[in-house]
Amino acid sequence: MPSGARGLSVRYLPLLWAGLFRKKTRSILTLLSVFVAFVLFGLLQAVTVAFESGADSADAKRLLTTARYSIIELLPLSHLRQIEQVPGVIRVAHAEWFGAKYQNESNAFPVFAVEPRRYLEMYPEFIIAADQREAFRRTRTGAVAGVRLVQRYGWKVGQKLPISSEIHAKADGRLSWEFDLVGTLDADDPATLANTDVVLINAAHFDEARLLGKGRTGWYIVRIDDSSRARAISAEIDRRFLNSPDETKTQPEKEFAVGFAKQIGDLGALVTRILAAVFFTILIMTGNTLAQSVRERIPELAILKTLGFSDGKVTGLVLAEALVLLALAGGLGMLVAAGMLPGLNHAIGSRFPPLHVTAGTWLGGAAIVVVLTLAVGLPPALRARRLRIVDALAGHR
Amino acid sequence: MSLVEIRGVTKTYRRGRERIEVLHGVDLDIPQGDFLALMGPSGSGKTTLLNLIGGLDTPTGGQIVVDGRRIDQLSSRELTAWRAAHVGFVFQFYNLMPVLSALRNVELPLLLTGLSAAERRRRAGIALTLVGLGDRARHKPRELSGGQEQRVAIARAIVSDPTLLICDEPTGDLDRATAAEILTLLQMLNREHRKTIVMVTHDPKAAEIARRRLLLDKGTLADGDGRP
Repeated sequence: MPSGARGLSVRYLPLLWAGLFRKKTRSILTLLSVFVAFVLFGLLQAVTVAFESGADSADAKRLLTTARYSIIELLPLSHLRQIEQVPGVIRVAHAEWFGAKYQNESNAFPVFAVEPRRYLEMYPEFIIAADQREAFRRTRTGAVAGVRLVQRYGWKVGQKLPISSEIHAKADGRLSWEFDLVGTLDADDPATLANTDVVLINAAHFDEARLLGKGRTGWYIVRIDDSSRARAISAEIDRRFLNSPDETKTQPEKEFAVGFAKQIGDLGALVTRILAAVFFTILIMTGNTLAQSVRERIPELAILKTLGFSDGKVTGLVLAEALVLLALAGGLGMLVAAGMLPGLNHAIGSRFPPLHVTAGTWLGGAAIVVVLTLAVGLPPALRARRLRIVDALAGHR
Repeated sequence: MSLVEIRGVTKTYRRGRERIEVLHGVDLDIPQGDFLALMGPSGSGKTTLLNLIGGLDTPTGGQIVVDGRRIDQLSSRELTAWRAAHVGFVFQFYNLMPVLSALRNVELPLLLTGLSAAERRRRAGIALTLVGLGDRARHKPRELSGGQEQRVAIARAIVSDPTLLICDEPTGDLDRATAAEILTLLQMLNREHRKTIVMVTHDPKAAEIARRRLLLDKGTLADGDGRP
């Protein structure tokens, strides 16, 4: 803000503040309602962002190839070489859903059987120490786990990891498996961190030891050289397996993640509807409060005009009151929401992607403050602007 | 030369389809340093004339020159700026901001100037001291008596050193003794500080303190003895 404008706003601050808290109880109740609405906004947006984090952290140069009709159908491992030969494809990795439980039914988390080198090269955003990466590659019974899972269950690198599968039995028919924890996965970006809430096991050992489904995998991850050709390359991959017993469906990673999240429900739309209802209520309430406050101060506003405050200044003062009220309560609400999330994350552990208030949510909050300010502030501000001094002083409002 | 020159001023209001002429071609000269009392019955147009002189309203016809400037030709924005620089207002019901302290109330007109906060406070303090309320600077209007509130209003009116003081029934809401104090204060501002004052009053006692008295009756000016 230019120093002149800053000086001007500081100059009118006592007047603004006094107008805002003319009726303390009313102002505090209004502040509280706006505050609660923004706490709700911060928390619900954090949940939405967490749900969409898979899509947000998706790489535009990564494609997902699954069985054409259902993701639970397996694809032959022999597809890998054919996909690698498609022009534009740089690298291919594969993964399979293990369906894991640890100790009891409630401790469920994703376990993927992967080829270590290919998979970790496909996700450079995962942070893993070089020696642990090498150990994972070399150890057939090796496994690496996301740091949040490691913290949640108190695991230590080097320990045995007993995991049961709901899907895959070993050759002896038992569903209990044991792996050696050789490393941890971490990430800098909170959205990516959610993707590390996983245990990766060595596909070579898994394929050799399992009873059924040998030589097959769940899906392929394909890195391409040019994201603008994603559609064409996807079509070419699928074309290669057309009319085979194992037809494929290839799509950009983001599209896959969005589609997967929507299987749970369109959370974004649901949250938007809830917040729309909340903010509409706030709009009516704050608008009424502000209009009432301006009505009560008609003679005072007339005096300001008498003293030489221009129509623009009086309009600005009323609008600024709305802005200060909403920005103060909204900002505090967002801060409290942000402050609550670490505790919530700790409480829910790694059962859910980490919740956090993103820069986008802050910007969204600021936009709501601006829109609400205009919606609730403009009508009384314009009324104040149109005010005729002589009429107002004579008591004709 | 007069500070205020009013020539053939008319003011007409509309009430539904009816047009009501409140002032009928008023001519008036107010010299620099004058203390003029405008008297007359209710509805005679006193406040209307006062509002026109103070730039709170514009005439329907005629011209008003204040300190050499045709204020009847100014735009709303120009008139607002002109009022801030040249006119101080004192009203019957004080019209102070109830949420602001006496000092902040007096400081209000100075917010429109380029003065620093410290200088604004200093000047507001001086104005309060001049009206005898230097020790009440931090009090809110509700903590002051009616007379004290009117003194704060007078301090607010003079703080930016205006050319003209416009007083609309300044003692109308006060008891006799307090009214006398306020009138003495206005007289002091007129005599010692050379402020030109135009005061509307119903009270003949209040009018006595002015240098000059004029009677406005049915929109026409007469002298204090009722001669047109």
